[in-house]
Amino acid sequence: MSSALPLLELLSPYPPGWGGVLLAGALSTVAISLGAYGIGILIGLVGALGKLNGSRPVVAALDLYTTGVRAIPELILIVGLYYAGTDGINRILLGLGLPSIEINGFVAAVSVLGIVQGAYMTEVLRGAILAVPIGQIEAAKAFGMRPSMRFRRIVLPALIPNALPGLANLWMSVTKDSALIAVVGYQELALATRLAAGNTKHYFLFFFAAAVLYLAITLVSNVIFRALELRFRRGQPKSA
Amino acid sequence: MNFSWISTYWPLLAAGAVQTILLLVISVVFGFVLAIGLALAQIKGPRGIKWLSRCYCTCLRGTPLLVQLWLLYYGVGSLLPLIPGLRSSFLWPVLREGFFFAAVSFTLNYAAYEAEVLRGALLAVPKGELEAARAFGMSPAQVLRRIWLPRAVRIALPTIAGEIVLQLKATPLAFTVTVMDLYAVAYKIRQDTLLVYEPLLIVTVFYVLLTLLLTRIFKVVEAQVPMRR
Repeated sequence: MSSALPLLELLSPYPPGWGGVLLAGALSTVAISLGAYGIGILIGLVGALGKLNGSRPVVAALDLYTTGVRAIPELILIVGLYYAGTDGINRILLGLGLPSIEINGFVAAVSVLGIVQGAYMTEVLRGAILAVPIGQIEAAKAFGMRPSMRFRRIVLPALIPNALPGLANLWMSVTKDSALIAVVGYQELALATRLAAGNTKHYFLFFFAAAVLYLAITLVSNVIFRALELRFRRGQPKSA
Repeated sequence: MNFSWISTYWPLLAAGAVQTILLLVISVVFGFVLAIGLALAQIKGPRGIKWLSRCYCTCLRGTPLLVQLWLLYYGVGSLLPLIPGLRSSFLWPVLREGFFFAAVSFTLNYAAYEAEVLRGALLAVPKGELEAARAFGMSPAQVLRRIWLPRAVRIALPTIAGEIVLQLKATPLAFTVTVMDLYAVAYKIRQDTLLVYEPLLIVTVFYVLLTLLLTRIFKVVEAQVPMRR
């Protein structure tokens, strides 16, 4: 081990150092997480409404989806969906007589993680919707609001404070699950770190730096979610 | 779907399943013991220890397990040979294996999550029961062993079951550090036979069955000590 200064130079953001690569990796981790989180919320909303109001086959299909995703290890799901997804799309294109395409690693990563998030999100949002006092919904019905308006004006604003703790947990887990994308070879923070570490042989330094970056993402998100919760719970009575 | 490879690969699959279960059992057992210490430190410890324990939990829960595993395997693993005499000691055959690093990092990670669960459960034990135990003249260690811990574990049991299932689902990460666990076997079969989905499917079925078994076992255990509501 040499002195501390050359070690820190390795982390500098400009080319002889690898700090830029790590920061770019961290950015792409955040981007993947945001994308997957958005898709997850969409799937979760549709899934929760489907589970609560859907016909029996719809409910059965959604149950299969949520229990399946939650029972299978994330790594296997991600690898399986990654290959099955790209392979399946190319087969469909082949069937339609179109040339096969190379699927963008970012899009694949976002959609795979989004599908995984969607299952957990369905359960969180279903619970949050069930916790909306029934009287409020009945009042909205009595005012003659259509279902879509009822959802937009009453259910959605009332479910957000109920769902926020669960949503915060899911955000933390998606930022960490995004590291699994490294295994299928898309360059985000974990893979960028492995690259930098392998090139310089300073494994400890770089993995430690990556851990610090992940921790920073988590801590910043904590602050944001706390502020969000305060904002959405304004006007509600404080619990004992 | 082609499953003819099972006849040649089943010994390997069985060995992989053993490795997976071994990783799970090691990390849950040792992690639980560590978690008791961490949780108690957060509740009862002096300020410095309290802060350290909280810091430990935040750091391990705030970073991905994959990065922790790689930090240990590549980072600490590359520093270990620098310790004089270690390479020739009897410990080296264990210390150079990926399995050792996977077991250690899974244990440390599980302990951090479990400590949070236990902390909540320890605080949820009714105060009157602890006061009654003290009134009987039990020493603090006796109170902990006879009343506080058993009650807390019973309260936390459903959450512990969930944590163990989550831990099971984290074990495939060990394949990234050369452990031949169940997932690594599926990966090897894919490389040998060029079949992508069939090995993954078999392995998935195994994980799901193990999850079902775990939830069933915990349901039986929970029924042994019913809780009054």
